[in-house]
Amino acid sequence: MTDKKNQVSRRQFLNYTLTGVGGFMGAAMIAPMVGFAVDPLLKGEKETDFVYVMDVDEITNEPQRKTFSTDQVDGWYESQAEHTAWIFRTEEDEILALSPVCTHLGCVVDWNSNEEYPDQFYCPCHDGRYNKLGENLPNTPPTEPLHAYEYRIEDGKLLLGKAKSRKGA
Amino acid sequence: MLHKLYDWIDERLDITPIWRDIADHEVPEHVNPAHHFSAFVYCFGGLTFFVTVIQVLSGMFLTMYYVPDIVNAWESVKYLQTQVAHGQIVRGMHHWGASVVIVMIFLHTLRVFFQGAYKKPRELNWIVGVLLFFVMLGLGFTGYLLPWDNKAFFATQVGLEIAESVPYIGGDLKTLLAGDPEIVGAKTLARFFAIHVFFLPAALFALMGAHFIMIRRQGISGPL
Ligand code: FES
Repeated sequence: MTDKKNQVSRRQFLNYTLTGVGGFMGAAMIAPMVGFAVDPLLKGEKETDFVYVMDVDEITNEPQRKTFSTDQVDGWYESQAEHTAWIFRTEEDEILALSPVCTHLGCVVDWNSNEEYPDQFYCPCHDGRYNKLGENLPNTPPTEPLHAYEYRIEDGKLLLGKAKSRKGA
Repeated sequence: MLHKLYDWIDERLDITPIWRDIADHEVPEHVNPAHHFSAFVYCFGGLTFFVTVIQVLSGMFLTMYYVPDIVNAWESVKYLQTQVAHGQIVRGMHHWGASVVIVMIFLHTLRVFFQGAYKKPRELNWIVGVLLFFVMLGLGFTGYLLPWDNKAFFATQVGLEIAESVPYIGGDLKTLLAGDPEIVGAKTLARFFAIHVFFLPAALFALMGAHFIMIRRQGISGPL
């Protein structure tokens, strides 16, 4: 033993080793459990399936309400998820398939349903309104346009994928 | 930093005496394996506690995915074991820990028995210890059913029939456990789950508290 002040004492040494070893063991025990709990964050995004919704030549300039379902794997539970789209041709002859989920707080909007606001998408929850292209009208609660489904056309058939935000697009 | 935080709390709540009461106590020479290696037999109680902590933690995490329903139970166990990150490890801890805890509790009991440590004035602690042993067996029995596979189902069938063989009250006892006089099914699984995660753990914590308070009051029994 020396009498130098900054020498590690036997008690300190044991304290550090025990805390270190104990901490390591504790961490080894907790780490897998934490990984287990945060697993939903570790799962990557799923690939989008494109699903047949309607024939292209049936698409009109007036939005039509179409429903379709996709396979959904929810952990150990497999089911069909139902989706709705408002589908029409714009003046520029582009196909637009709008999601009916209000961008304010997620209620369901309807086309042309409110007599006061003809030819608009109207949300009954807080009077949210969108024009025909799904753009939110100023001074109503929604903060961005209705989401639009990604689409593909194969052999004259319209296939829809996921609804994507059009903010800034 | 930590010191400052501790001091800040201590200044207000005076926690040092509480901390002293819980953690700062002398370990007599005859139970310290550093003095006599044979004193390792005194570790089994602590090891039982350690494994119990692992069981509680891993069990809590398992319930994030498990569902106690006859249609989905097995699928959810399969999912958590094969699809969830570290699922095999977490379920493995709970699975093997269940056996280890029984082994440890048994070794602890043997030590107390052969050293005669249960004798006056520690009889009450022995009784609480025996109750703890039964609670652990109950946890093992109810947990065994939860994966809802064939082994689980038939093991429970056997367990229920053992309960049924109790004189006079056997029939009622079995109905009470299974939730139905004839079927081992949906109601049984829901009830075993409730017993496994709420009722028995509550009893376990209460009894463990009593066990530890008594040992602190009476101290470890003297050398042989
Ligand atoms: S949810 Fe549509 S306006 Fe509030």
